[in-house]
Amino acid sequence: MGSTQDKPQLMINGKRLDGRGPADLRSIKIEPNVVKNAAGSAYIEWGKNKIIAAVHGPKEALPKHFADPERAIIKCRYMMAPFSSLEEHGRTGPNRRSIEISKVTKEVFENVVMLELFPNTEIDIFVEVLQGDGGTRAAGITAAAVAMALSGIPMTDIPYAVSAGKIGDTVVLDMDKLEDNYSDADMPVAVKPLDNEILLLQMDGSFTKEQLKQAISMITDAGKAIREVQEKAIRKPYEQIIEKYQK
Amino acid sequence: MYIQSATKEFINDLISSGKREDGRALDQYREIKLTKGVIENAEGSAMALFGNTKVLAGVKIGIGEPMKDKPNEGNIMTSAELLPMASAEYEMGPPSPDAIEVARVIDRGIRAAGMIDTSSLFIEKDKVWEIFIDVYVLNYDGNLFDAGTTAAVTALLSARMPKLEGESVVREGLNSKLKTNNTVTSCTFAKAANKIFIDPDANEEEFMDTRITIANDGKEIRAMQKGLWGGMTAKELEYATDLSFEKHKELKSIINKTLGE
Repeated sequence: MGSTQDKPQLMINGKRLDGRGPADLRSIKIEPNVVKNAAGSAYIEWGKNKIIAAVHGPKEALPKHFADPERAIIKCRYMMAPFSSLEEHGRTGPNRRSIEISKVTKEVFENVVMLELFPNTEIDIFVEVLQGDGGTRAAGITAAAVAMALSGIPMTDIPYAVSAGKIGDTVVLDMDKLEDNYSDADMPVAVKPLDNEILLLQMDGSFTKEQLKQAISMITDAGKAIREVQEKAIRKPYEQIIEKYQK
Repeated sequence: MYIQSATKEFINDLISSGKREDGRALDQYREIKLTKGVIENAEGSAMALFGNTKVLAGVKIGIGEPMKDKPNEGNIMTSAELLPMASAEYEMGPPSPDAIEVARVIDRGIRAAGMIDTSSLFIEKDKVWEIFIDVYVLNYDGNLFDAGTTAAVTALLSARMPKLEGESVVREGLNSKLKTNNTVTSCTFAKAANKIFIDPDANEEEFMDTRITIANDGKEIRAMQKGLWGGMTAKELEYATDLSFEKHKELKSIINKTLGE
């Protein structure tokens, strides 16, 4: 969502500036286990987004009065590197935006992680955006889900996230930064693919009821492709082990 | 990082007989992998791997005000973030004293070597270029000083210089490079069991009682920092200094290879 002045033409003959159609995702690549010291981690390149997600724990919950005798607590830190954007040098440390994104990311995982298995502990999720190009929270959640799976902490499902938006009157999937700056709506959504339950939804701009329906179905359709990339990344370390022992 | 006393004893035995856990010689670096240009949005960037230590440096260049005591010079600002994902021992929150020391030691080498001519960053009265160097520690396995300096120096050497058009800074589609004068490298030594060894990993850092970092530009020593409670003799310092010049050639050739020069 941004200024309407000097608005560049973002759609030409039904194609977007990078050649994608309205329902096309950017290319997504996930590399597993990039942070050796973490229980699980993943590096995601989603278009020009470059993000590392890592999971630590379960470990003793600190400070101690945070500990819950019934279940594990989740702590989450989403942060953008000060060199992550094409514009000015960013400020280090949390701001209102990053604190909110950390909170909604945490809530996604509170739904799927089987917290009751680890009473009195904490599980840390770190999402560090090294380069941002629109849709970083969705890409971060998608990567964090892979990191969580690789950590071996049981989950009821592996969530994914992607955003939908609107350019003029066209509902589009997975906007990059430029599109986001001039879009008419932006809606990141995280989904639990087993039952398509929505675990995160934020939206600003304007959608008609029909457009919202269309956006949601675009997201769940794209979910299959995202899930495939996630699964491939989760399998990769194990396939390497199997290969090693078959020789 | 806390290591068990059994591990400590094991490392002590090894170091005493001139050996190390990963089979290196005492004067040998771990395998170094260096990549430049990993963050296209940044003016310069580089990823350095020293064994399992993984450090990303990003350089951003913007407009700012000069320092009051140096009105005709641009600014260099170096920060280090020990990301909480990088080690189970790192906490979320404001920079720890360790992070501040890492940032200041990296900064000192670059600044003292005159790698960047700050007077060339002057634009006009009260308006100068500011260079931000951010060192991001992604995985900790010892020797953040050398990994951080190597990444930061490579990021600077490969950085593009933005242009001022009227009031706005143009950062895209430029092929002008940031002007640099030399290549500074940093060598960190640990001392324990009366032996000096280079490039300590996390277990060795836990075990060492003395640490010294020596930055040089191939000609002169430019910055030094001793750390921890242990002491070292003048002879030991001389040994470390000599070796740091030898290692400068090694590190510089890795940097140059990465830069494609």
